[in-house]
Amino acid sequence: MGNEVLQNHVLEAKVFHTEYGTGVAILTGAHRFSLTTNIDDLKLRRMPEVPGLQKPPSCWAVLSQDRVTIILLAVGQDLYLLDNTSCSVVTPPGMSPSAGAYLQMAVSFNYRCLALFTDTGYIWMGLATLKEKLCEFNSSIRSPPKQMVWCMRPQSRQRAVVVAWDRQLMVVGNSTECIQFVLDEDSYLVPELDGVRILSRTSHEFLHEIPEASQEIFKIASMAPGALLLEAQKEYEKESQKADEYLREIKDQKLLPEAVSQCIEAAGYEHEPDTQKSLLRAASFGKCFIDKFPAESFVHMCQDLRVLNAIRDYQIGIPLTFTQYKRLTIEVLLDRLVLRRLYPLAIRICEYLRLSEIQGVSRILAHWACYKVQQKDKSDEEVAHAINQKLGDTPGISYSEIAARAYDCGRTELAIKLLEYEPRSGEQVPLLLKMKRSKLALSKAIESGDTDLVYTVVLLLKNELNRGTFFMTLQNQPVALSLYRQFCKHQERETLKDLYNQDDNHQELGNFHVHSSYSEKRIEGRVGALQNALDEYYKAKNEFAAKATEDQIKLLRLQRHLQEDFDKPYLDLSLHDTVSNLILDGHHKRAEQLYREFKIPDKRYWWLKISALANRGDWEEMEKFSKSKKSPIGYLPFVEISVKHHNRYEAKKYAPRVTPEQRVKAFVLVGDLDQAADAAIEHKNETEMNFVLSKCTASTDAAVAEKLNRARAQLLKK
Amino acid sequence: MAFAGRRDVPEPPDFGILKRLARDQLIYLLEQLPGKKDLFIEADLMSPLDRIANVSILKQHEVDKLYKVESRPAISASDQFCFLVRPRIKTMRYIADIVNADKMSGRSRKYKIIFSPQKFYACEMVLEEEGVFGDVTCDEWSFYLLPLDEDIISMELPEFFRDYFLEGDHRWINSIARALQLLNSLYGPFGKAYGIGRCAKMSYELWRDLEEESEADGQGRKPEIGNVFFMDRDTDYVTALCSQVVYEGLVDDTFRIKCGSVDFGPDVTSSDKSIKVLLNAQDKVFSQIRNEHFSSVFGFLSQKSRNLQAQYDRRRGMDIKQMKNFVSQELKGLKQEHRLLSLHIGACESIMKKKTKQDFQEMIKAEHSLLEGFDIRESTSFIEEHIDRQVSPIESLRLMCLLSITENGLIPKDYRSLKTQYLQSYGPEHLLTFHNLKRVGLLTEQSAGETLTAVESKVSKLVTDRAAGKITDAFNSLARKSNFRAISKKLGLIPRVDGEYDLKMPRDMAYVFSGAYIPLSCKIIEQVLERRGWLGLEEVVRLLNGNEFSVSGSTSAPG
Repeated sequence: MGNEVLQNHVLEAKVFHTEYGTGVAILTGAHRFSLTTNIDDLKLRRMPEVPGLQKPPSCWAVLSQDRVTIILLAVGQDLYLLDNTSCSVVTPPGMSPSAGAYLQMAVSFNYRCLALFTDTGYIWMGLATLKEKLCEFNSSIRSPPKQMVWCMRPQSRQRAVVVAWDRQLMVVGNSTECIQFVLDEDSYLVPELDGVRILSRTSHEFLHEIPEASQEIFKIASMAPGALLLEAQKEYEKESQKADEYLREIKDQKLLPEAVSQCIEAAGYEHEPDTQKSLLRAASFGKCFIDKFPAESFVHMCQDLRVLNAIRDYQIGIPLTFTQYKRLTIEVLLDRLVLRRLYPLAIRICEYLRLSEIQGVSRILAHWACYKVQQKDKSDEEVAHAINQKLGDTPGISYSEIAARAYDCGRTELAIKLLEYEPRSGEQVPLLLKMKRSKLALSKAIESGDTDLVYTVVLLLKNELNRGTFFMTLQNQPVALSLYRQFCKHQERETLKDLYNQDDNHQELGNFHVHSSYSEKRIEGRVGALQNALDEYYKAKNEFAAKATEDQIKLLRLQRHLQEDFDKPYLDLSLHDTVSNLILDGHHKRAEQLYREFKIPDKRYWWLKISALANRGDWEEMEKFSKSKKSPIGYLPFVEISVKHHNRYEAKKYAPRVTPEQRVKAFVLVGDLDQAADAAIEHKNETEMNFVLSKCTASTDAAVAEKLNRARAQLLKK
Repeated sequence: MAFAGRRDVPEPPDFGILKRLARDQLIYLLEQLPGKKDLFIEADLMSPLDRIANVSILKQHEVDKLYKVESRPAISASDQFCFLVRPRIKTMRYIADIVNADKMSGRSRKYKIIFSPQKFYACEMVLEEEGVFGDVTCDEWSFYLLPLDEDIISMELPEFFRDYFLEGDHRWINSIARALQLLNSLYGPFGKAYGIGRCAKMSYELWRDLEEESEADGQGRKPEIGNVFFMDRDTDYVTALCSQVVYEGLVDDTFRIKCGSVDFGPDVTSSDKSIKVLLNAQDKVFSQIRNEHFSSVFGFLSQKSRNLQAQYDRRRGMDIKQMKNFVSQELKGLKQEHRLLSLHIGACESIMKKKTKQDFQEMIKAEHSLLEGFDIRESTSFIEEHIDRQVSPIESLRLMCLLSITENGLIPKDYRSLKTQYLQSYGPEHLLTFHNLKRVGLLTEQSAGETLTAVESKVSKLVTDRAAGKITDAFNSLARKSNFRAISKKLGLIPRVDGEYDLKMPRDMAYVFSGAYIPLSCKIIEQVLERRGWLGLEEVVRLLNGNEFSVSGSTSAPG
């Protein structure tokens, strides 16, 4: 808390509450004040010096106004206000000039009221802003009090100050009278939200303003509706007809709903279950005579009292008042129970109030489990088993959180065991990584189906392990491996090669080199890359790929020569296109050479050559070629290709050479229907005859049609 | 699928809510960056975005200029950049480059990245590695589901297939689970959930986990969605590999339907500009022909145009009053219908032209023989010729895959020779293509698959616990047997027809493939819904590699 504190010691410290949290203000040995408004975010602020302060102030307090924290201190008869920047003297309004020196001051629980006690026994009560006096009182006791605190209830206009001396307690307020109590023992006062707690060695009392509802009911000879209702109920139990009279009286004033509400409210302020019960019984009795009295307030009060009575039990020892409990909320109460490790009671309260599992039972079980893992005397198995036994798969339970706690306690093995119970694999990963169980984390990430998570783990592994081990780990996890490969393909191609190398995957290495050859601009580079591919394919025993790559290298070299010789682009053409281009340009010899060198199948070569020749319009060469030897593809293609290039004259040359089976088609193609008909008739084939017939037009081919029809009729006769 | 006129099918829920939700959230996110800003949009988010919020809505919320996210960084004077992107590493690098370039030139701007549908840790990691993590703010646009039509919603995640099936990357499963959560929260609890496939099961389980964690109270709501069916794509590759022959399929094949709309080029519109057409149930002409076999579409359209003409013709002989009525009430509808009709006729012509040029009939014939398992040699030579003649690289691959799946892999000789031919035709880079296809099990070699299953059965005999499951899963993903022939026999997927298959009045679902094949996925759904579970389908499930589940009430864990 800073050097000053270390050097000068702390004389006094006061805890206070602000919007920012719990704060603490200290007075050091050098008579300087420092404060922080939030102890969870400790920033100590040193307050300005109080001029002329040589000894500790007689009393001081922390005020909080409009989000600003200031210190009020009294030195003799002077009051000083200390804020962030300055120190000023103040005089409370309406302060008696003969009041004397200040001995004691008190700020109310809500920081709105201030009380000052002087050495003449005078008490000033006013607003903490020091702008308004509420009242004053003269106690005529000159000895300094041990304690002075405010006693007030929220929403009440009655404000009182409780002053304690050794054996005397005085309650003063806006009245000339005061109430006095005798203290049997040394006592300590704790100001609270709605009253003052008085603690001594043997007793624990609560002093508070009696709430209006209780006053109305329990005031002597009260005729308030609540009081009458309580009376009516008592008479009813005695089976006396007075019950009816009381009831009638309330009903005549039409105050029955009010009476019921009064009884319910008053029950909340009672600590004795018997009194609570009689009030509630009266409420319940009164309810019967009202149409549609909403039941909620009654039910909730019963529930709240049940909870309050349970925690007020001496074994639990949380004597909250109803008002405090409501302000605290059930969630905070549960947290307190959990902190005190009162798990069973907390769970029973949740169940009793039917809180949802996630904010109720599950949360408490999780806390319990987090506590359980800290029990060092039990073995990992025992603890894991005990936790699973109790938690099962309660919704809202995060096993990974419990495991994280176990890990924080240094129980890694237990953490891993607990993680096994975590149904969501994704949740297991971060902790496993933290525990350096990366490989396990990887398999869990894969199980989760979340590829982003897999990537996260893979990347961590990459940095954590050496390259060899990293690759080995991936080899055992195909899903992760594919993901990493995908990444490398686009981002780190060289790593990809290492990956394949590690695995002796020569096939993929070959593919890798082929792929790289395309990005090589220079032909030598390409040949080099392909040569690498070739080696890998041989190692992979993929003869086909090796042969294909070898051919490709050969072709590339050849294409370069062609390019140089003919000054035309040949690179990157397929073998087929290369040969085809050679023929198109009339380099028949070179084409022939390639045909032999690359063992181009005859059929392909013939197809290729005639279509190239036809494209070139070199019909003479085509005819020569057709006669060079027997065509492996027959002669129909010659017909077709000529027709395609609209050269019927050439087509007709080849039609007679077409095999008998295809001759009809060939003649039809060249448009010689007569010959086609003859061929069909010769084959005695009805389908063919019909085909030719369908091509005949009535005006020009009447004779042919006639011939066909006759032949067909004859055929059908047989 | 036209529900109209079928009384046993309830009205689909109002999926428009999804759009409105997505739009409101996007506006909210844009407003988080007050003032004028430039918006950079990922290319494949453009079409989906267009369905949610058009340019004028974006402008209303102070979007100044729109850019496409591409390799070339844009030059802009705006003080605020907003990036609407997919969670991709490549895009992160693009953004990082822009930010770093600005830093170098001493420009200060605000940058905001909106990830759709969600952010991935890897993206943040890249931003961090590139040193720009502190310069950008990140947000998520939870745009999980886009309703494409009254009865179709899509996640529009083009990379899902590659990421999951090829790379084994599981990150999108989380997105699926979240999308389900969204559906569940908007339309009440699902009545019953069925599924088959590893990914399906994982998605379902992750979704249940999410639901349990969120503790949202969906109980007591009237469920608007009765059954959900989860199915992995790899359960049924065949259906996706066959040539489509219904109108909508052919429109997709020819013009590419993107996010439920299609660009009809000049050859269709018979003018000099393209027209963007929304293809959904609102299009009265399209909704009637979308599921028809192509052969009957032309007839239908010409009938329709005759009817239309007749309605126009009614004008003649009308008096003034009737004419007024006609103009105010019917003419607009007729004109609209007329416009659509001429578009679809144009599209049909285009399709016809393209499909005859490619020897479409022969390809269909080859496909059908593959499905039936006849004349495999002939089909193989057809494919070879197809490759040799460089007809179409993608079609060739499709046919090869179909051959592989229906035959449980190619015989080694064909496997080698077809691949060699393909490489010669289309270039050696496809060596990698083939490797990928093998990995997903689309194009495999016969013997390899068998040895693997042998190992697999040995392994499962040795170990019986969960580990065995994992190992077999690993083998499955390497090379799974498709078992197509056995499944097809078990479920009767190849209809036996005497004579011509009646495409106009089909008896079963096979009409979508000209009567050659009933889509496996549809058949499974039909069977499971009929049986209210998998009971009696044990053999089929085994052939499909298991991982089936059926859960009623959607609250308990899958059994």
